[in-house]
Amino acid sequence: MNAPHAAEPTPARAPAPPPEAPPPPPAWKLVATLGGAGALAGVLLVAVHDATLPAILAHREAVLRAAVDEVLHAPASVDVYYVVDDALASVAPPDADDPLRVWCGRDAGGAPVGWALDASGPGYQDSIHLLFGYDAAADALLGLRVLQSKETPGLGDRIEKDATFAAGFADAVPPIAGVKPGEASDAHGVDMITGATISSKAVIAAVNAALERTRPLLREVTASGAIPPVASRTTSSGATAGAPDAAGASDASSVPPHEGEP
Amino acid sequence: MSRETTPREDLLRGVWRENPVLVQMLGLCPSLAVTNSVANSLAMGLATFFVLVGSSLLVSSLRKLVPHEVRISTSILVIATFVTVADMALEALVPEIHKALGAFIALIVVNCIILGRQEAFASRRPVGRSLLDAAGTGAGFLVALVLIGGVREVVGSGSFLGVPLFGEHYQPWVVMILPPGGFLTLGFLLISLAALARRRERLAAEARRRATRGELATEGA
Repeated sequence: MNAPHAAEPTPARAPAPPPEAPPPPPAWKLVATLGGAGALAGVLLVAVHDATLPAILAHREAVLRAAVDEVLHAPASVDVYYVVDDALASVAPPDADDPLRVWCGRDAGGAPVGWALDASGPGYQDSIHLLFGYDAAADALLGLRVLQSKETPGLGDRIEKDATFAAGFADAVPPIAGVKPGEASDAHGVDMITGATISSKAVIAAVNAALERTRPLLREVTASGAIPPVASRTTSSGATAGAPDAAGASDASSVPPHEGEP
Repeated sequence: MSRETTPREDLLRGVWRENPVLVQMLGLCPSLAVTNSVANSLAMGLATFFVLVGSSLLVSSLRKLVPHEVRISTSILVIATFVTVADMALEALVPEIHKALGAFIALIVVNCIILGRQEAFASRRPVGRSLLDAAGTGAGFLVALVLIGGVREVVGSGSFLGVPLFGEHYQPWVVMILPPGGFLTLGFLLISLAALARRRERLAAEARRRATRGELATEGA
């Protein structure tokens, strides 16, 4: 009732009683306050984002690289490839936002020992993101590591914490089939976790789906040796240069034996 | 409520007597959700402490500049900025803990403890008092979280801050680190605190009665 609109049409000059509340500030002042605060907040956030981004990205890359080393059993060097139109490319396609990446692990002589693929699929609570190694020459898995999951602690999270479950994927031949522990299984079988059937099946389904996409391509390029060369390379130890054996391996493998069209 | 408080009261009130979680029952969502280990509780408590102190400092020092009509929007903006800063800093500095806390870092924005302190205290008191109040309340939140997290981790994982306590043969009571464990722990904590408070009241009453009886006795003598 102190607002000017509510006042009677008496002239404002009339000796009014002392105002009980100050008049509302003009609208521009409210807009300016919020706008100014928002602009300051934006500047601050951009500064903090720029300051923290390198550490965040470096950590993500380090986690991924450690997982690649683990699922490929510590190869001498690792190359990154991108899957573009059913072919391998050594550089990222410029138009793709998040291209499908595969990692090729090589031994000291430069021969490929296996491919690391990432896979994801819906788990019991949230999507499961994992990385696994695949030996295209032998057509068998090498190892598996769950990168991100929110499965039930104590039950489903054993896909991430129980080493025996991940170890069960070694030497399994795709397509993978889950079997109950203790039951007879063939080369396709992987022991599931008792009490975590849904999480186990989710991991197996994600692996199978990822292999379905890339397995024919990887088998073909591995058999023919038509793996494109890469410009830059990091060794598994993280030292890119200086180590003589790593440099030697890099030189030896920079020219693949069967370069070009098979 | 309108009684003037001393700076000491401003600081200590939030830690225990008006503990945001254990007494005021505010901020229960993070208190239940992320307290499955002491490390997570500490990180959540410290992040909230940082946001609370930073927001109170800014809101209190800007209180004369910000028109009354937009004070809540401005407070929310300030809080959200601090939360985003804390979110990015945690991801850069302690990525493992950031991963464990997940969405709850971002949800500090809607923690009613923080907006409550801005609205009830920082937006109408001088900077120094607001800082004391924010530090006390933030410390109280931290204490409550670590209490809950400590119980849950010791019982549910058999460890404290990741250090195993009971040897290999301890069978952890897994439900305690699952969501129900949060409710159980908080419930038992509140029961114990209520029992303590009642006991203290009874003792105080008894002491009073004895004192009056003593007075009567001396008067009669």
